Amino acid sequence: MTLTNSLNEKVALVTGASRGIGAAIADTLGALGATVIGTATSAAGAEKISARFAEKGIAGAGRVLDVTSAESLAELLAATKSEFGAPTILVNNAGITKDNLLMRMKDDEWDSVIDTNLSAVYRVTKACLRDMTKARWGRIVNISSVVGSMGNAGQSNYAATKAGVAGFARSLAAEVGSRGITVNTVAPGFIDTDMTKVLPEAQREALMSKIPLGRLGAPEEIASVVAFLASDAGGYVTGETIHVNGGMYMA
Amino acid sequence: MSSIEERVKKIVAEQLGVKEEDVKPEASFVEDLGADSLDTVELVMALEEEFETEIPDEEAEKITTVQLAIDYIKENLG
Repeated sequence: MTLTNSLNEKVALVTGASRGIGAAIADTLGALGATVIGTATSAAGAEKISARFAEKGIAGAGRVLDVTSAESLAELLAATKSEFGAPTILVNNAGITKDNLLMRMKDDEWDSVIDTNLSAVYRVTKACLRDMTKARWGRIVNISSVVGSMGNAGQSNYAATKAGVAGFARSLAAEVGSRGITVNTVAPGFIDTDMTKVLPEAQREALMSKIPLGRLGAPEEIASVVAFLASDAGGYVTGETIHVNGGMYMA
Repeated sequence: MSSIEERVKKIVAEQLGVKEEDVKPEASFVEDLGADSLDTVELVMALEEEFETEIPDEEAEKITTVQLAIDYIKENLG
């Protein structure tokens, strides 16, 4: 079984695909033959995705999606279905951080992270599920974080959502397995993206000393695991959380 | 244009993967036609699509046989 062109004829929806891990996932699925709809929160971000796809010869397009808005989601899916067909691969990648020590955390910092990282996974997955059950085939991959398993001071909101999506995946995997749909979670460790570039140097060094492989991960190293789960090669894996963290946390 | 009975039976047969002649009015989706809980949810969604309507959860729960589905559609869309 080979991964090359293994996603031909499939339509994949990747949220948060303008940069970082989401961009790498979108590009990798596209390189394997999928038609990819990559979403961004702004029109400029969506155009950037479209331009990147065109440059790399990937079928599909960048589109605007606010994952916290049911209306925005309905619009996107209606347009996607008529132009490309219903997505049967969904990668819930869009996410934000609003770090603070819990004693100082504002309700808004809690609520917005829960809404964008966890409730949106519910929202987008539910909206895509009907077409996957009809197709009797589907792949749902949630992007979590090592922080969801090991915890991290200052990220109680973020960690709660990242542990949440893994539990969500296990439950949904049990619900829809009979329809040929797998639901998994990929938990990246310390990956070289804009999200981790903002960390103070001292914290980066402290983190690095805890990684047996001695380096940050590349976004492509997350994307390859997602691609495996999305392909037929990963067809018997469901309800699982796969940690990709250079040994930083071994579960 | 097929009758409501025919359209309902066709959808039940398709969704549950059974023969149309086995879809008798008194047949229970779960007991006679082998539906599981996800099948019944999908069946209701398929009926909603076919008849362009929304069936509330509390009503959907009561639709357990072919005849009850036909009755519901007739009463609410007739």
